[in-house]
Amino acid sequence: MNAHYRTAFAAPGKVRALSGSLVDAARRMTLGAPSVLVALAAGAQVTSDQLVDAAATPENWLTYSGTYLSQRYTTLDRITPENVDELELKWVFQAASLEAFETTPLVVDGIMYLTEAPNTAIALDASTGRIFWRYQYDPSTEARPCCGRVNRGLAILGDKVFMATIDAELIAIDAATGQPVWQTNVADPSLGYAMTLAPLAIDDKVIVGVAGGEYGIRGFISAYDVDTGEEVWRFYTIPAPGEPGHETWEEGGDAWMNGGASVWLTGSYDPELNLTYWGIGNPGPDWNPAQRPGDNLYSDSVVALDADTGELVWHFQFTPGDPYDYDSVQIPVLVDLETDDIASGKLMLWANRNGFFYVLDRTNGEFIRGTPFVYVNWASGLDESGRPIETPQGPEAVTYPGVQGGTNWYSPSYSPNTELFYVTVWENYGSIFRPVEVEYQPGRVFGGGTLSGPIPGAANLPGFGRQPVNNWTEEVGNGAIHALDPRTGEQVWRFPTTDISHSGILTTATDVLFTGSREGYFYALDARSGELLWRERLGGQGANGPMSYSLDGEQYVAIAMGVGLFVYGLPE
Amino acid sequence: MQGTIGGPAPARLVAFAFGLGLLVAVGGTAAAQQHAGQYDQVDIEYGAQIFAQRCVVCHGERGDLLPQANLRSGTYRNASSDRELSRVLTDGVPNTAMVPTGYTGSELTALVAYLRNITTYDPTAVSVALGDPARGRELAEGAGGCIYCHRIGAEGPRYAPPLTDAGARLSAATIRRILVDPNGAMLPANRPVRAVTEDGEVIVGRRLNEDTFTVQLITQDERLVALDKTTLREYTVGTESAMQPYGEIFDEAELADLLAWVLTLQGFER
Repeated sequence: MNAHYRTAFAAPGKVRALSGSLVDAARRMTLGAPSVLVALAAGAQVTSDQLVDAAATPENWLTYSGTYLSQRYTTLDRITPENVDELELKWVFQAASLEAFETTPLVVDGIMYLTEAPNTAIALDASTGRIFWRYQYDPSTEARPCCGRVNRGLAILGDKVFMATIDAELIAIDAATGQPVWQTNVADPSLGYAMTLAPLAIDDKVIVGVAGGEYGIRGFISAYDVDTGEEVWRFYTIPAPGEPGHETWEEGGDAWMNGGASVWLTGSYDPELNLTYWGIGNPGPDWNPAQRPGDNLYSDSVVALDADTGELVWHFQFTPGDPYDYDSVQIPVLVDLETDDIASGKLMLWANRNGFFYVLDRTNGEFIRGTPFVYVNWASGLDESGRPIETPQGPEAVTYPGVQGGTNWYSPSYSPNTELFYVTVWENYGSIFRPVEVEYQPGRVFGGGTLSGPIPGAANLPGFGRQPVNNWTEEVGNGAIHALDPRTGEQVWRFPTTDISHSGILTTATDVLFTGSREGYFYALDARSGELLWRERLGGQGANGPMSYSLDGEQYVAIAMGVGLFVYGLPE
Repeated sequence: MQGTIGGPAPARLVAFAFGLGLLVAVGGTAAAQQHAGQYDQVDIEYGAQIFAQRCVVCHGERGDLLPQANLRSGTYRNASSDRELSRVLTDGVPNTAMVPTGYTGSELTALVAYLRNITTYDPTAVSVALGDPARGRELAEGAGGCIYCHRIGAEGPRYAPPLTDAGARLSAATIRRILVDPNGAMLPANRPVRAVTEDGEVIVGRRLNEDTFTVQLITQDERLVALDKTTLREYTVGTESAMQPYGEIFDEAELADLLAWVLTLQGFER
């Protein structure tokens, strides 16, 4: 139900009417009120046009992925390969929560907006890190997010920021006061629905998706009016009987009702096409496809929705009938690149958890090419439509990539300058999958199996706590940053790391690549060669990507690591 | 002339305190419990009102309908301190019809105050402290002018502290104290500040946060501004609220109406 004011005496609309028309100047003088207040100034801090043109204001960072195209690329150019080793720490924001700190901050005209676990929104001064306001929402104890009480950040539009909570509430917060303005329940947390993503604001709507793919949810993406919080549209990621695509569930009877297909990362948007793109999670139960025979649309797919109506315009499924938990929730990276492939040059680049790097035509979802970027043995390749040619490994055999994938939710980056795609990768990582029949029980884990790594007793899942000693060794895989050429799908360079990484990537117009690592390093590579330019030990795991902004012409890079947000800039 | 950085506010600061409306004190709900046995009349009345709406069905108008939970006996089976009484009101009593409730801090303060005075409270006496919220709203939007400084929900100016959930957050006694003595009730954290930058720009704002070297404000034109105090020509903190003591313009009945209106501001339903 949509939130509304409880009192009969304070209907917001009524207040507006009065303050606009019945102002008695003399009375206000008597009361000593300032004359400007009637103007109800403030108004829009960020317009939807500004969001569309976000690349034109690189001093700001206006969406989770920087711009609607989700390239995590900045045109700021003060920091270069030549001076990056002069970077110095400007300030640190210490989160009050010791839970995973997975935020990407927004910056608007010198004000930074970020979140910390579980659901606290904060506005601070981007030059000092000092707080203006802090809004702490206490989520319901019914919330049961699979993998930690995580929040990845906010959306901003008009005079509000928007936060999606782990108990599946969407809250609009006044950007100036930190006071909640409306709150809308998106789904029932006791059934395993949760929200961990940063919302995406488009035009006059704020769009979210629901997590819960391990709890037998039926996933959806939904849009809400930014002023009222009323739902405008909802797209179910599993078609109901009678809808196109339902045939991919039909054989499984009621399996579609608890088929997962969650949405737990922020989508992208092409304003020219008015299409918003979202990656969809795994089908459920995760590891036992026998309970849900068929392709299980739109699990492990990207969907392109009309941003006004939520209607499906096209979809592309990466992993049909997935038995490996290959969520396709990765950030859709939209790229305009002249190639021989398509005339429009409107590409979508996607390094998938299933180990293949895809290039799609984002006008229609047509498959252009797909190439493995890590060792893959669950499929021998992709056919000309992009469907995998599956080569299932036998019982107790190791499937590559493993359950966490060749990559996962960590934001990739694309540089229009180098025309390369950069992604955080887990190399030589495999898992043994053991399917088990499982009964759906509301609100309970609906996994359908167990799994382990190839080395008994060694790490196979990263663990969600903070470990002081690396438990991830060469026997079970390693991390790396890969630079991939979207024209060929080929690797241009790689930068291997001992431990795996959960950190996303930022690239700059000066060809500096910033990323973090689980090992606790914040480091910079040359985006053209992969050469290490600079590193700083911050002593906590990187669990989201760096971002960049500027103040008075000075460029800053910020990254959440451990429980701190670290902000670097050049010496004054 | 150079101002005193971080020093005491000179008297002339009254001149720039023009913009500040009701500077709301937070945490006031606990105030009534800080002095055992002392309960504000307005909280008692508010509590009586809530009791009449929420509690009488089971406990009876006098509070002694249930022999096993006689609220007039002066003792409680599951609580002795006010804090424990609040917890029973919030969490209920397991395996009884006393179910958990969602009372606000303001309501809990009021109910405790009433229950502690239930035997002496005279329900036939004419209430003077709590009036009619509808009339109070007319005052707030008219002669009182509350809404021209305070934001409620998504409407109204942001410079003064928002009133959106003031009726849930602040006890009736705290709200009344703010209405009659705005200066005395103003939290130091909310004080007005005036700064003059190196190039002569005058910035007036409500303080949101401050440390030795910096201060964070919301200005009259609703901008969030952070200042480096070490670079300012003047920096002063005022102690005077722009909010007029409402006892000077309203009589007791009108104050009671206004208070009743503020108590209706409950934020939004979850």
